[in-house]
Amino acid sequence: MSKIHVTTTVNNEVVEFLADPRETLLDCLRDRLDLTGTKEGCGTGDCGACSVTVDGTLVCSCLVLGVEAEGAKIETIENMAQDGALHPLQRKFIEHAALQCGFCTPGILVAAKALLDKTPDPTETEVRYWLAGNLCRCTGYDKIIRAVMDAAAEMRGAA
Amino acid sequence: MAKDNVNEFRLIGTRPDRPDGLDKVTGRARYGADISAANMLHAAVVRSPHAHARIVKIDATKALALDGVKAVVTRADFPTGLTGEDWNLQENTIAGDVALYDGHAVAAIAATSALLAKDAAKLIDVEYELLPHVTDVDKAMAPDAPIIRQGAADASVPEGLHPNVVKYIEFGHGDVDDGFAKADLVMERHYKTEAAHQGYIEPHACLGQLGEDGKGDMWVCTQGHWYIRRMCAAVLGLEGSQLRVTPSEIGGGFGGKTTIFMEPLALALSRKAGGRPVKLVMSRSEVLRATGPTASASMDVKLGMTKDGMLTAGKANFRMQGGAFPGSPVDFALYCGFASYQIPALFHQGYDVIANRPKCAAYRAPGAPMGAFAVESLLDEMCAELGLDPLDVRLKNASVEGSKSSYGPKFGSIGLVETLEAAKAHPNMLAPLGPNQGRGIATGYWFNHGGDTSVSAALSEDGTLQVSVGTPDIGGSRASIALMAAETMGIPYENVRVNIVETGALGVNEPTHGSRATFASGKATVEAVQGIIKEMCRRVASEWDIDPEAVTWVDGSAQPAGPNAGKFPPMSIAEIAGKMSETGGPIAGHCETVPEGVGASFGTHVVDVEVDPETGYTKILRYVVVQDAGRAIHPAYVEGQYQGGAVQGIGWALNEEYIYDDMGRLQNPIFLDYRVPVASDLPMIDTVIVEVPNPGHPYGVRGVGETGIAPPLPAIANAVAAATGERFYHLPITPVKIVAALNARNDS
Amino acid sequence: MQYHSPTSFDAAVQLAQDATGVTRFLAGGTDVLVQMRAGMVTPDVMIDVKKIPGVKDCVRHADGRWVIGIAVSGAELGANAELVADWPGVVEGMELVGSTQVQGRATLVGNLCNGSPAADSVPGLVAAGATVRVSGPNGVRQVAIEDIPAGPGKTTLAKGEMITAIELPPRGDSGGDCYLRFIPRTEMDIAVVGCAINVVLEGDKITSARIALGAVAPTIVVVPEAADAIIGTALDDGALEKMVAAVRAACRPISDKRGTAEFRTHVAGVLARRAAETALRRAKGEKA
Repeated sequence: MSKIHVTTTVNNEVVEFLADPRETLLDCLRDRLDLTGTKEGCGTGDCGACSVTVDGTLVCSCLVLGVEAEGAKIETIENMAQDGALHPLQRKFIEHAALQCGFCTPGILVAAKALLDKTPDPTETEVRYWLAGNLCRCTGYDKIIRAVMDAAAEMRGAA
Repeated sequence: MAKDNVNEFRLIGTRPDRPDGLDKVTGRARYGADISAANMLHAAVVRSPHAHARIVKIDATKALALDGVKAVVTRADFPTGLTGEDWNLQENTIAGDVALYDGHAVAAIAATSALLAKDAAKLIDVEYELLPHVTDVDKAMAPDAPIIRQGAADASVPEGLHPNVVKYIEFGHGDVDDGFAKADLVMERHYKTEAAHQGYIEPHACLGQLGEDGKGDMWVCTQGHWYIRRMCAAVLGLEGSQLRVTPSEIGGGFGGKTTIFMEPLALALSRKAGGRPVKLVMSRSEVLRATGPTASASMDVKLGMTKDGMLTAGKANFRMQGGAFPGSPVDFALYCGFASYQIPALFHQGYDVIANRPKCAAYRAPGAPMGAFAVESLLDEMCAELGLDPLDVRLKNASVEGSKSSYGPKFGSIGLVETLEAAKAHPNMLAPLGPNQGRGIATGYWFNHGGDTSVSAALSEDGTLQVSVGTPDIGGSRASIALMAAETMGIPYENVRVNIVETGALGVNEPTHGSRATFASGKATVEAVQGIIKEMCRRVASEWDIDPEAVTWVDGSAQPAGPNAGKFPPMSIAEIAGKMSETGGPIAGHCETVPEGVGASFGTHVVDVEVDPETGYTKILRYVVVQDAGRAIHPAYVEGQYQGGAVQGIGWALNEEYIYDDMGRLQNPIFLDYRVPVASDLPMIDTVIVEVPNPGHPYGVRGVGETGIAPPLPAIANAVAAATGERFYHLPITPVKIVAALNARNDS
Repeated sequence: MQYHSPTSFDAAVQLAQDATGVTRFLAGGTDVLVQMRAGMVTPDVMIDVKKIPGVKDCVRHADGRWVIGIAVSGAELGANAELVADWPGVVEGMELVGSTQVQGRATLVGNLCNGSPAADSVPGLVAAGATVRVSGPNGVRQVAIEDIPAGPGKTTLAKGEMITAIELPPRGDSGGDCYLRFIPRTEMDIAVVGCAINVVLEGDKITSARIALGAVAPTIVVVPEAADAIIGTALDDGALEKMVAAVRAACRPISDKRGTAEFRTHVAGVLARRAAETALRRAKGEKA
């Protein structure tokens, strides 16, 4: 089984790894690059815990092959806080107690950031539908939705 | 940080940032699958595709011939002679002669990569001889049902019952016949609930290492690492203390991570592979096929009521299957189902039944949701029949402090009436309802729990405090424990670090289960901190040369207890800590206990739904959870427990179920078809925290985790009945069932 | 597994033709990676089509025809305001596939070639009269969408053949389409039933219509009898009733974990009525 050499940019750093072509981007992030903040909850694109962006597009990294990352720009939860400062979403999640076990949290934060990058003033319904592919079993989503709405307001300067 | 209530406390009741928040929003927190070790192997498990089959032969020759495959284990690699629950655990970990359910592990393999282990597992040739199977509880106890295992029943089972009935309980009080005779309305109904899975987003994962010398280490996502230690030691024939278990951060458990499933396989593979560490991570389908769902239930309930709404008698006959082993929570279902009410005469019967399904594990208030569904649905139907207000009827019959519970003991201080009153006063009760909309209410109960608890606390040289607890933090318990420690010590919240420590660092702890972490670890923490305070006062007394009793602890400092004690300036904790080396050495406190004074928790839920009469789709319009917390240490995480429990209950009521085909194979072992609620399915979940302090806890804590999953099942069934005019006795209330009922009504 | 990322359709066709063993084309990957994960399929050869020039294009030609590249994702379709204005039913069908994350990757052609009778984007394409361009060892052919699926998990494509583009006919004036599906949750489910309707109006009257159903038979079902019931009408109650009856008569569903045959048949009629009303409103230029 021959592996393929992949050169890609993850969180603004150029990295290289060898991937079995069957390995997913999620496997490669976690096992080759030790970026374990991205989680596997299902491996079938149903839970969103593995959310990352590839060339700016929100995807489930379990539904992308590692070899497809060649030449791409990937961002993970590990790059969300910049220069030691938490992203407003990260702060609001802590402030609103929007996480209990915290396992779905990285994926939800990455997904929510992708929403706010595109839609700075989402309605509650928009947030709920955007995040429908991110399962959380602990919170009932209430505090997650509030935290996203509050972060959006703060980022718009409306808070 | 604003306090929610004006009270006597400085910190209790505030909402500070949780101590592990930063790690969990940055991806740094390490969960079960996030750790690797040098020279590590990866494991995969071969599982039975059959519901019930004799294992004729396991041939791993082809797999072992692959370069990089290091070990294969089967049941032959495990000790024999186990009995009771230890045998059950071993048998569930890896099948012996017979595979008992679809997904039952029959072999495991370790190799140098995860892909290789998976590929090699496919090369392990298992020959099966199919046996007749049964997955439904009523069918499993019918006379012609296939026998899953002879001799599994205990002495409680009356003669003449099918061998699949493994436990029988019967209890009650009062004259039931007389009670029914006094009723103006007697109604009896049959109810069913399907198995639901806890659905934690983190699949089970562990990293185990075991040497030839019987010494081992394990990193694992679990609610209770001492349980993992004890169970692994039993299954593998190890000495408990030789196995050190470190809990990872845990990605949800809800009861499902209080036991072992595949952890001994990792250790057995490691031992066979010369002690190399072995990582074993389940896939989602393995989680759904082979880890503990809850039981499925078939229940008959009969109640008697006077025309003014007083309950006169009740009768219940509950059957539950909890998979291929004893242990369904049929007893808890009976205890909790009727706990909300004072009923003069009651008679309960319960049957624990085995079937060809995975071994059930605890799921949030095990049994309580089924019992609540049956009893609260029937109560509602009777209120409708008699034209009575369902909330008023519940108030009339509600259990109160000093009343005898349905299962025997007298209740201490409880807050059921307070939750009912608060629900009655909630604005949702006045929200207007449109066509096809309906409102449902229901109550629920959970005992809460104390359990084996060990905590230690130690003063650092700078006067800050570390607390070591053994109950993994699933939903913010580090924050609540730090709040209680800081409150007791009189220091800032930020000066406390709560660590969840491994089995080698404390005495035995039960898991984070039974809604016990904040109650039990919290109570033990307070005692451990009080031990430190006592020692600090003793040292200060010695320095001041006065009696230790003459020193008191106020706001984080030692002070003379009164004018007679002498005149000394307060000595701060930092000062005392700074010189502890000279005053007698390290200062620490500890507490090993089975805490008494557990306070039970009741809740009342109100839900409004709208049902599309053409498609059967049920939309949740409004939802409010009212529950007695005793006292909310960190109200945000109390609300979170209420909301999370409610939404799990909503899923169970409307969509979640284990679906088996006629071969006994699970049809929906992925999140695509095991349909947990998604964000767009729900409205905000309102909460009301009722606080009737528990006198058995220094800060009044009851425990809040579990009660909230019980009321949603009947509350939704009651709301759907109000919206459609049709009553549903079998959960989940799917669109298919609703359309079938409405079409049948339209046709007739 | 071998992984190839050819840079032309010719090269891709050649690779597919030469491949031995299980061959899969990779565009969005949202089906094939799931199947690999479940162990249902272990491809020997994976041909990633995303490096082929033009696969991300989505262009309306001068005659009003749309040509959509095979790697255009659902999210990209949804972001194309002109396409949404022309064919809202086609786009809404695709946008119902999976989550936001899946929308970032999943494609029309992938949804089509997965061969699921419940594929959300396919009824809308069928109702629209869309076609696909197929390249293969024997050249290029144009095939109606409904002729591609051959039953669950199967297509009529021969070895070495691949779809290179999707074509939607010109929308023209006074046309409207709509796709509705039923799922037990609000998102993330496979359609229990789906229904797409495309109508063209002249004045108040419907002059042409196509109705396609999902998840009620082994493949997507076109129901000309249902279309006939509303052609020549202004979608009055009587016409709707006849259409609903025709839709239900055309259903040959199975009962499975997602729904019973009775439920599917009943709800197909409900969705058809709702979809027809929305398609009509759209044809009249009303926002819906």
